[in-house]
Amino acid sequence: MAEITAPPTYEIVIQPSRGWLTIDWRELWEYRDLLVLLVQRDFISRYKQTLLGPLWHLLQPVMNAAVYFVIFWLIARIPTDDVPPPLFYLCSQLAWNYFAQNVTIGGATFINNAHLFGKVYFPRLIVPVSVVVANLIAVGLQLVPFILCFAYYRFFTPHGATLPLTWWLLLAPLPLFQTALLSLGVSLWMSASTAKYRDLVHLNQYLIQIWMFATPVVWPLSKIPPEWKWIALANPMAVPVEALRICLLGRGTLGATEVIVSILLTLAVLATGIVAFQKVERTVIDSV
Amino acid sequence: MKPVVEVENLSKLYRLGAIGASSVRESLEKLFRRGGNGTAPKAATKENPIADDRVGPEPNTFWGLKDVSFTVNPGEIIGVVGRNGAGKSTLLKILSRITEPTSGRAILRGRVVSLLEVGTGFHPELTGRENIFLNGAILGMKRAEIAAKFDEIVEFAEVGKFIDTPVKRYSSGMFVRLAFAVAAHLEPEILLIDEVLAVGDAGFQKKCLGKMGEVASQQGRTVFFVSHNMGAVRSLCEHALLIDGGRLVKTGHPGDVISHYLSASMPKDSEIEGQIWWNGDKDAPRCDDVALRGIRLLNPEGVPQSTFEADKPITIEIHYQILQRLRGARFCITLLTQEGEYAFTATDHLFQSETQLPGSYKTACLIPGGLLNRRNYVVHVQCDIPGERYVLPGAEYLSFNVAGVGNQSSNFPEPWPGVVCPRIEWKVEPALK
Repeated sequence: MAEITAPPTYEIVIQPSRGWLTIDWRELWEYRDLLVLLVQRDFISRYKQTLLGPLWHLLQPVMNAAVYFVIFWLIARIPTDDVPPPLFYLCSQLAWNYFAQNVTIGGATFINNAHLFGKVYFPRLIVPVSVVVANLIAVGLQLVPFILCFAYYRFFTPHGATLPLTWWLLLAPLPLFQTALLSLGVSLWMSASTAKYRDLVHLNQYLIQIWMFATPVVWPLSKIPPEWKWIALANPMAVPVEALRICLLGRGTLGATEVIVSILLTLAVLATGIVAFQKVERTVIDSV
Repeated sequence: MKPVVEVENLSKLYRLGAIGASSVRESLEKLFRRGGNGTAPKAATKENPIADDRVGPEPNTFWGLKDVSFTVNPGEIIGVVGRNGAGKSTLLKILSRITEPTSGRAILRGRVVSLLEVGTGFHPELTGRENIFLNGAILGMKRAEIAAKFDEIVEFAEVGKFIDTPVKRYSSGMFVRLAFAVAAHLEPEILLIDEVLAVGDAGFQKKCLGKMGEVASQQGRTVFFVSHNMGAVRSLCEHALLIDGGRLVKTGHPGDVISHYLSASMPKDSEIEGQIWWNGDKDAPRCDDVALRGIRLLNPEGVPQSTFEADKPITIEIHYQILQRLRGARFCITLLTQEGEYAFTATDHLFQSETQLPGSYKTACLIPGGLLNRRNYVVHVQCDIPGERYVLPGAEYLSFNVAGVGNQSSNFPEPWPGVVCPRIEWKVEPALK
């Protein structure tokens, strides 16, 4: 198979990198097939071999909704914007579980892939991005109990009239997209910090738990006292969760300021996350 | 034509022990100690000092690689040799972009694929087919390129009908074959390979070496090959680099470089004419199970020496101590020529008892006279449990010279080709019509 080698298309220069952002976007694009295959790998390894795998993803939001129903509705009596509580909880979880899963898996990128990263080079950013994409499958699975629950209340209960199907439905992917960007940014920060300090892994788990209660997952934004309004502004995850409820259930309170601040914060977290991630990525393999 | 690899003053500084800091607590402690970097966890110690020429600019740092420069032309196969810890892997890791250099730079013209391990990124749950695509993509190939090479890869790997079986059900041989096949068919302009041929059976190793040679000679690609297999480096490479103490010590023809490496790696001071004796020293090669006491090369009179007559037998004695009960361990002696070709390997496996109990032992191998050629040989010794693990990793300990009247009975010392030169009967007689 003698063939004349085409002149090398590019030159790789290896030297200590300087500067803040040295991401080679073209290279990232070159590796897009790897992204697809990593997503495929996650899908197969998670769902193909086990019977319970997909079932678990159906069960988890239902169980959570049941627990929230008992604690936050029956006991604590936290109102849910006149939405039937189970539907309210299932809807919030679509965005929140997606966020939490991305951050939990993506936040351990360097720890979980230490071996792979020590043996072969590819743009490391591909891995956390693939996690965010692969977890969309779980969101799809979670939609099943949500849709069933929605259909039940819509067509078989008097609540039906308060659950209109509107054009807002078509905007539902937008809050999920913001969730994806924000969770990517947070997981980049977490991967960078846990690569340097292993024991932060435990702290991160707490962080996610606490973060959930600071997010309108089991309570609506409309019910927080005015002096706590800043939470919606300071927590960039508050807006997508509330916005998803507006899109899917037609219920929620959001002002333009909150939306804009949340989007700006999301972009800031993502941008700084990328910088932190690639600063660690350069020599992380010398230490893990 | 521009060189395909240009390396200029490449250096890599490593921090000993506290690399970064592994926990927040350590980091805080460090902060409050006010610059007192005196007690890093794994500081250089008396037993494990940093060689003088590798000490870095700050305490507890050392140069994994220091001022290495060279160039490689397209289509060359470069062998990199050197002792463990010399910096070979560091060089390869920098060239593969797994880690960054501290200073200096390297320019690689073309696509690079590095094979530091066979089967990196293989997922046990995925089938052979799925793994070929995933692994190919991890190594930097496009999906379409892999698809185009798919049949060739499957054929080379000899996995045939198992291609749609999850690789967790593969035998280790099949796994290795498949993994190498993917890498070998990638067609990068530059292929970096680290010691991966140490796995797999002999037949497959040969096939891999053949494939590497083909990649370089027919497709004009450059292969960068780090190995302890002197025979492979010698037969495959046109050029070799010797790295020692993080520095590039010698470059040139593989024969010269290997010869330099093997002669330089002999422990000179402890070697007294054909023997090396530790007798319980701390620096004796040892592990939890076995410690070497000494190795001796004896002439027929039982006297240690380092020059032997070609027609006289040579005894190689290994004195060792079993420290813990062992099962199925064996010693292997490999004789290499000074140029790094394998002469032969022998083992005492059949003569060892199945269970070795703690105590002092001696195992001796008798090399008959009339076998070796007139040249320099190096004695490589290792102890392992076949199919399980290495007990004492192999190392070259002694060298000796075979001289005198050759086995071919030619009286003048002409250089005779061959790693051995057995005495062979000839018969010359008038042919009957």
